[in-house]
Amino acid sequence: MTVSARAPLDPLGTVDAVARRRRLRPVTPVPWRRPLALTGLAVLGAWVVVAIFAPLIAPQNPLAQKFTILAGPSAAHWFGTDELGRDVFSRVLFGARITLPLAVILIVAAMIIGAVLGGIAGFFGGWVDNVIMRLTDLVFAFPGIILALAIAAALGPQLRNAVIAVVFVSWPSYARLVRSLVLSARSAQYVVASRLLGSSGLRVLFVDIRPNAAGPVLVLAALDIGNAVLLLSGLSFLGLGAQPPTAEWGAMVAEGAQNFNDWWVGLFPGLAILTVVLAFNFIGDSLRDLLDPRTARAVRV
Amino acid sequence: MSSASVTPSAVPRRRLRKPRARHRDLRRFLLQRLGTGVVLLIGITLVAFVVTHLVPGDPAAANLGQRAIGDPAAVAAFRHQYGLDRPVPVQYVVYLKNLLRGNLGISEQSHRPVLDDLAEYIPATIELALFAIVLSMIVGVGLGVVAAVYSNRWPDQVIRVVSLAGVSMPIFWVALVAFYLLFFKLGWLPGGGRLDPAQNPPTHLTGMFTVDAAVHGQWALLWSALRHLVLPGLVLAIYTVGVLTRFTRASMLEIMGNDYVRAARLKGLPERVVILRHVLRPALVSIITVAGVAFGSLLSGTVLVENIFSWPGVGQYAYHSAINLDLQAIMGVSLFVALVYIVVNLGVDLLYGVIDPRIRLS
Repeated sequence: MTVSARAPLDPLGTVDAVARRRRLRPVTPVPWRRPLALTGLAVLGAWVVVAIFAPLIAPQNPLAQKFTILAGPSAAHWFGTDELGRDVFSRVLFGARITLPLAVILIVAAMIIGAVLGGIAGFFGGWVDNVIMRLTDLVFAFPGIILALAIAAALGPQLRNAVIAVVFVSWPSYARLVRSLVLSARSAQYVVASRLLGSSGLRVLFVDIRPNAAGPVLVLAALDIGNAVLLLSGLSFLGLGAQPPTAEWGAMVAEGAQNFNDWWVGLFPGLAILTVVLAFNFIGDSLRDLLDPRTARAVRV
Repeated sequence: MSSASVTPSAVPRRRLRKPRARHRDLRRFLLQRLGTGVVLLIGITLVAFVVTHLVPGDPAAANLGQRAIGDPAAVAAFRHQYGLDRPVPVQYVVYLKNLLRGNLGISEQSHRPVLDDLAEYIPATIELALFAIVLSMIVGVGLGVVAAVYSNRWPDQVIRVVSLAGVSMPIFWVALVAFYLLFFKLGWLPGGGRLDPAQNPPTHLTGMFTVDAAVHGQWALLWSALRHLVLPGLVLAIYTVGVLTRFTRASMLEIMGNDYVRAARLKGLPERVVILRHVLRPALVSIITVAGVAFGSLLSGTVLVENIFSWPGVGQYAYHSAINLDLQAIMGVSLFVALVYIVVNLGVDLLYGVIDPRIRLS
């Protein structure tokens, strides 16, 4: 496009050959210029495929028990078998069906709660703002896992309760971010214009400000989703999340801890967590470079 | 972080101020921080109280034996003993009253005062967390500086992947892998506890075994305590190393674009001096802030790591109290954690002034 547009401007060919060659060189698509993002997308995509087609891909039923217990990796059982003779490879594949959807649910729930509270705080200000932000500070002051531990234990050891616990400790960062975005948008011209046109406060908040706040919030979510996965699997590891015989990665690592002589039981589910979280972080990190002008500037220098 | 800000216009004015005035500033700052600290502590007790008391879990069921739970009289006696038969707001007021007297209640697990339990476990956790944060400051800032100096060349790319991997590792899994390799297979490091089983703790002073042993010249114990620290400390540091590396790089790059850095180079200063004195030092202000936050995440990590390495600290205590719905103990741990948060933030704010004299306390 650039070539055809500029060619008539240079009818005598005074542009030197180097520049022309540079212009003629095909433009690399954005993802290819960011190998980290590409790797992250590829790995995550692979896991999504695994999650969707797990029953077709997995060689065994993840819950089927056999007499070959704690057998090392072999052609029949690529990742070996666990203490109940279940195929670790199949269990790892099926684990994606638990972790990936829950990761999305977790982050969306935390995002919505945080965004609504932060939006209200930023938009209405005054005592509403004060109350909400002090509450945010309180939850922030708790190291995540200790609060999550207390909540998950109090609600009872169940995967659903572990999810609730993780959401409960994850929303404050969104509330803070959205509040600051709303505060800076409140005096922006387009908001003033909308108010002058007679829009109600809620309309301004949801129709005018929301789309502008979406970008940074999504970047935060992309960076945060890995942490949420780690926290959730950590709770499962401690026995407060998924209960046996569910094939959940954190719980499987805990089974590995019981039989750590048989390293394959815990190694592979841990690698699964690592690859998923790493993929999320690769994507989140690249997104931030692209969208956050502050870091982008720092990177360019 | 929010209370200290760079105000360039204030620089000359502050120089003219008498030392007395500066001391008054500091005192007012500390008093203010103390006030907000107390409010935060009360808030934390409230959150912890609501979370632990308004949920369906029944501490009696978690703590009484199989037979006792079927006996209504035993359950009633248990509930009465721990004040669980009173209305929740009353329980909270009673708790606060006791708190003022330094009474954190009795743990339903150990049947000891929570304060005694905490006094026993806190030094172990502080020792572990300090070891890990010092380690991650050294490694993380070091890697971050290298990444910034070689920005967008191969060392930077490698460090970027390494630090992202650091923040992506499930810490409980790393702990198991490290345990398996370094203790079980290679036998290089001890696998758990704070000392070898045959050893007695050093003469008590702080409860941090390395410090106590060093102070009292018990060198064999010091060596053993250090060796026991390495494995859990390393595992705990992996996440914070990743965080600090990324952050050091970003803030160094931002500062490198300043004109005064170019000026320092142009007047012929060696690159090493430019990087360390003109770039790293101002960057340290924000790095310290992040390190303070990272210290909090270290405490989270202790819950998982202490369990795997049987490190008798607050993390393990928190886990066992949560599992057994030991309400008083959970409250005690929450208070400890909030206290650490307040002290660390205060320390960070005070360090600002040391690193960057332009920053005034306000």
